[in-house]
Amino acid sequence: MAPMFRWLSLGLALALGVPAAQAQQAPIKIGEMNSYSKWAAFTVPYRNGWQLALDEINAKGGVLGRKLEIVSREDGATTGDATRVAEELVSREGVSFLFGSFLSNVGVAMADFANQKKIVYIAAEPLTDAITMAQGNRYTFRIRPNNYMQVGMLVEKAKASGAKRWAIVAPNYEYGQSAAEVFKRLIKERVPGAEIVAEQYPALGKIEAGATVSAIEQAKPDGIFNVLFGPDLTQFVREGNTRGLFEKKTILSLLTGEPEWLLPLKDEVPEGWTVTGYPWDEIAEPKHKAFVAAYRAKYNDTPRLGSLLGYMVVHMIRDTIERAGSVDTDALIKALENAKFDTIVGPVTMRGIDHQASMGAWTGKLVLKGAAGGMIDWTYNDGTPFMPSETEVKAVRKE
Amino acid sequence: MTLLSVESIDKSFGGVAAARDVGFSVERGEMVALIGPNGAGKSTVFNMIGGQLKPDRGRILLDDADITTASPQERFRRGVGRTFQVAQTFLSMSGIENVQMALISGHHQSRRLWQPARTLYREEAFALLECVGMVEAADRPCSTLAYGDVKRLELAIALAGEPKLLLMDEPTAGMALRERAALMDLVSTIAQDAKIGVLFTEHDMDVVFGHADRVLVLLRGRIIAAGSPEDVRNDPQVRQAYLGDSHALTRSV
Amino acid sequence: MDLSFLVIQALNGLSSASSLFIAACGLTLVFGVTRIVNFAHGSLYMIGAYTAATLVPNLLEWSYGPVPFWLGILISALIVGLLGVVMEVLLLRRIYGAPELFQLLATFGVVLVVQDLVVQIFGPQDILGPRAPGLRAPVEILGRRFPSYELVLIAAGPLVLGFVWFILKRTRFGVLVRAATQDREMVAALGVNQALLFTGTLFLGAFLAGLGGALQVPRVAANNGMDLSIIAECFVVTVVGGMGSVPGAFLAALIIGQLQAFGILLFPKITLVVVFLLMAITLAIRPNGLFGRPEHFSGAHAIGIASHAPGRFNAIAVSALLVVLAALPLVADEYFLKVATEILILALFAFSLQLLIGVGGLVSFGHAAFFGLGAYGAALGVKWLGASMEGALPLAPLLAALGAMAVGALVVRLSGIYLAMMTLAAAQILYAVAFQWVEVTGGDNGLVGIWPSTWAAPRSVYYLVTLALTAGTMLLLKRIIDAPFGYALRAMRDSQARAEAIGLEPRTHRWLAFTLAGAAAGLAGGLYAFSRGSVDPTLLGIPTSVDALTMLLLGGIQTITGPIAGAAVLHTLRDQIMPLTAFWRLFLGLSIIGMVLIFPRGLIGTLRYWRQA
Repeated sequence: MAPMFRWLSLGLALALGVPAAQAQQAPIKIGEMNSYSKWAAFTVPYRNGWQLALDEINAKGGVLGRKLEIVSREDGATTGDATRVAEELVSREGVSFLFGSFLSNVGVAMADFANQKKIVYIAAEPLTDAITMAQGNRYTFRIRPNNYMQVGMLVEKAKASGAKRWAIVAPNYEYGQSAAEVFKRLIKERVPGAEIVAEQYPALGKIEAGATVSAIEQAKPDGIFNVLFGPDLTQFVREGNTRGLFEKKTILSLLTGEPEWLLPLKDEVPEGWTVTGYPWDEIAEPKHKAFVAAYRAKYNDTPRLGSLLGYMVVHMIRDTIERAGSVDTDALIKALENAKFDTIVGPVTMRGIDHQASMGAWTGKLVLKGAAGGMIDWTYNDGTPFMPSETEVKAVRKE
Repeated sequence: MTLLSVESIDKSFGGVAAARDVGFSVERGEMVALIGPNGAGKSTVFNMIGGQLKPDRGRILLDDADITTASPQERFRRGVGRTFQVAQTFLSMSGIENVQMALISGHHQSRRLWQPARTLYREEAFALLECVGMVEAADRPCSTLAYGDVKRLELAIALAGEPKLLLMDEPTAGMALRERAALMDLVSTIAQDAKIGVLFTEHDMDVVFGHADRVLVLLRGRIIAAGSPEDVRNDPQVRQAYLGDSHALTRSV
Repeated sequence: MDLSFLVIQALNGLSSASSLFIAACGLTLVFGVTRIVNFAHGSLYMIGAYTAATLVPNLLEWSYGPVPFWLGILISALIVGLLGVVMEVLLLRRIYGAPELFQLLATFGVVLVVQDLVVQIFGPQDILGPRAPGLRAPVEILGRRFPSYELVLIAAGPLVLGFVWFILKRTRFGVLVRAATQDREMVAALGVNQALLFTGTLFLGAFLAGLGGALQVPRVAANNGMDLSIIAECFVVTVVGGMGSVPGAFLAALIIGQLQAFGILLFPKITLVVVFLLMAITLAIRPNGLFGRPEHFSGAHAIGIASHAPGRFNAIAVSALLVVLAALPLVADEYFLKVATEILILALFAFSLQLLIGVGGLVSFGHAAFFGLGAYGAALGVKWLGASMEGALPLAPLLAALGAMAVGALVVRLSGIYLAMMTLAAAQILYAVAFQWVEVTGGDNGLVGIWPSTWAAPRSVYYLVTLALTAGTMLLLKRIIDAPFGYALRAMRDSQARAEAIGLEPRTHRWLAFTLAGAAAGLAGGLYAFSRGSVDPTLLGIPTSVDALTMLLLGGIQTITGPIAGAAVLHTLRDQIMPLTAFWRLFLGLSIIGMVLIFPRGLIGTLRYWRQA
């Protein structure tokens, strides 16, 4: 249907004698896809973020004299639907490149799709290391600090805490398991004498919280590394608090400081946990403050980390197109590799060797502020020192 | 050689004896009726011979071979054909396909994957339909046949395995009066022609006394009388058992 | 391991067992009376949790204390009970006589609808409910702290069991429920108001589901994944206990609770499969569960493909269609060809299921297992054997056939709903293996880079390859359906007693049917892997199985060409509607329910019916 429609509109344009110059001014089309139905709590704030950035950019005249147009699609939260939708965006909508997706497995499949179709794909949200490591390729780029980097930041905190006996609790799927693997490796490398005394991998969304808490307690750890999130985390926190699991222990928790995860915890935020997260309300950077203000004004809602990512990725896309001077794939890749971006969280470099951006993360301690959780004693850790070493990257990337 | 011999079989369900020390035999070409009031254990005995139930004790021999624990399929291969109280046919097939199916199975062809089934044994199936007078129903879907026709079709299916012994559980149940005699006449002709022994249960005493060579009377799981229809009809114990329905015994006189 | 730890762990197990029993008890009751396996039971549970998580805080604000809290829990359960009544009156009442396939699908349609509605009504974010007033503090047991609310839960299980027991044994309603559980016809014959009995049962079942959900609120935030995660476990509890048996469900829940509490100590990653393994083992030993009775589904299977006279017209139509399809690359664009390729693959997938359901009357609810095995067979061939597409593709039907032989050997002894549940369990176990065996299968990220050989890489070539293989396999299957083997399957579906009396061996035939259908589904899976370049565990998941069933339902299970039309319609709708809306599940769910209620013959079946009428 779509091609016929396009022919019709082309015919109309010719018939009405629209000047050829105006056809040159057609917007730059970018394809975007995400799990807006199944993972609405995460992806809708993200969409708000990129929509805000898009409006700002177009209000200033777009890029290369053309407006940006984002053609957005639901990706069905499965790899099969996502790659089909991607193909539709590429071959029917004629988008110049793609960005989006939330789940790691969809991200990995999209990366492979990009490689096969030789089209640029920017993964904004997926965390799995695979996207920039083993499954990385020439066409795939990622903005968000990956698993390896965020775990690395927490391991630094572990070092400072002095805890040696560690327990791990992580959801039983790729994200959880790979985070646990990285933690095990890094803690042994960086903290002399550290040992893992217990590991628990409850099925995602199906934790037996009481049994899990007891099992960890039994191992008498002095530190716990947590990768649980969502309903599993709330259950774990409640059981753990009631049973005193967290008392006198160092608790490290991945992502728990992100508003996505903090807000549902309401006033039951586990205070004192060391987390990676996003203290959106405390970042004093003027550009960031402006973003928060604009976001709140437009959506009357708290920005989430997804909102920040959506906002950042579209601004970075703008810069890239401007530097590339066109939307030709090779030019875009050239403009992205080793490029420096001035973002609202500070300078970010897109490392050429693995296409991982050096965007960092905030680490700090959880604290209750009124009726909801927030972070204190936080610092922004630039991603650069936490990225996997170049030899490591070269060892696993197939190129 | 005796065709079927049942040697003192017992069966009880949760302590309730449904069949006790039941023993009898059926010869080739003989029509034997198994009668008794409701709940006497007819179906239990029948299903033990058909292979749907296993006796607790005793033996069942077919041509001197022990079939006590054989599956229904094995009994079919050894020459036991049967019909059911509620006729069991393949409703999704046409009349002739029902018979073809039985022939295909009888010839061990049911696992063939290529030859269309409708072309196999069509002539033989047609002959069997002819034999039961169902030629005109050959290509009609079984689901559209009248119940009497379904009963006759079931007989053709049972005959397709070239049985030595034919078990018929209430062959005329659900049929119109006129049809009943016709069906049983047909059965006895076939039985005599092909030397098939027939064992049947029946409620209709006209059918029993009109068609059986011998009658067995079951009461509370035991055989209380056996012999020619005439002997059985005059047996005082039988008259006692059928007291509530003594008309049943006299009506056909 | 000291004693106090073992005691605490056993208590943990008891408290999850209680929760599980309360959630599952209503499912087994409803099944006992209505013979419907209510997939939406988990949705009712989820609604119970959301309602309580929203309602109870309001009540507590108005007056803080145990009374408003427990009142809120009770009101939430009652609201869900009423929703159960609505569901019975609007939907279930119309499908009591339908084949179990339709019942399962219709209630799954409700699951889809509720998923989207819950997000619309309660919002996408998880809702953390309040803790129980007076029960916040832990109690000390053997020197260890244990949440007092968990003790309440431990007591709640037996309380609910007692309550249900009281209703069943001491009320007239209960007498009727028990009678209906044992013999539906008898109750009908007694002149009991059956409609009222069924509505009442649904109220009780839904009330218990709602209560189960509401009672979880002090432990877990209400979230929109609760429905599917609890329903899988509820199925296991009811099947292991014996469908319809309340004490059986209680015992099964106790076993599962302890198995999980102590299982995680030995195998921390076992949680995903342990329940399904338990179900498979139980059914292998006791085909009707611990306390279940054999089911006699009179006539429910006898719906499916029937004989039709072969017409010359059909052969011409098939040839013409094949010519048109083969000419498609001349006119269609790349994307159109991709969608067409996927439709062909899904048509073969659904067609292979038709061999089991439409021909054999074997309602497989885990057909994704074979599709997924095929996809993984091809992908593993590429990844680990370094095979090209030509080398790896044959591995797809091979691995799937092997899997189907294993699954088939387990399920051919079963019938009806137990068979459906066993196939579901098999698919879930394979799903867990693919999910967990990261070194080999790539875990949930799956395997990527499964692309066709260079000569087949252009969309048009791959489309033609797919057309040749799928059309060829479907014609082969059609031939098998018309051959003695297909007739024998139909014979056993129409009348098992008659089939046995003419010497047919149901088990070997059905086993072979599973193997053939598995191989065909596997080929479809392999082609799918190469068409999109990747595999992941979702290919083995429940939604994939439901997709195949939906295609059958859409096309009609009484027609041989139905699944092909069903695949075309469903995939076209998915392609046109899904990317543009956040309400795809709502749309799909309503469509499924509508099909079951209005066009149970499916599209092709309805067309034929109209033509003949």
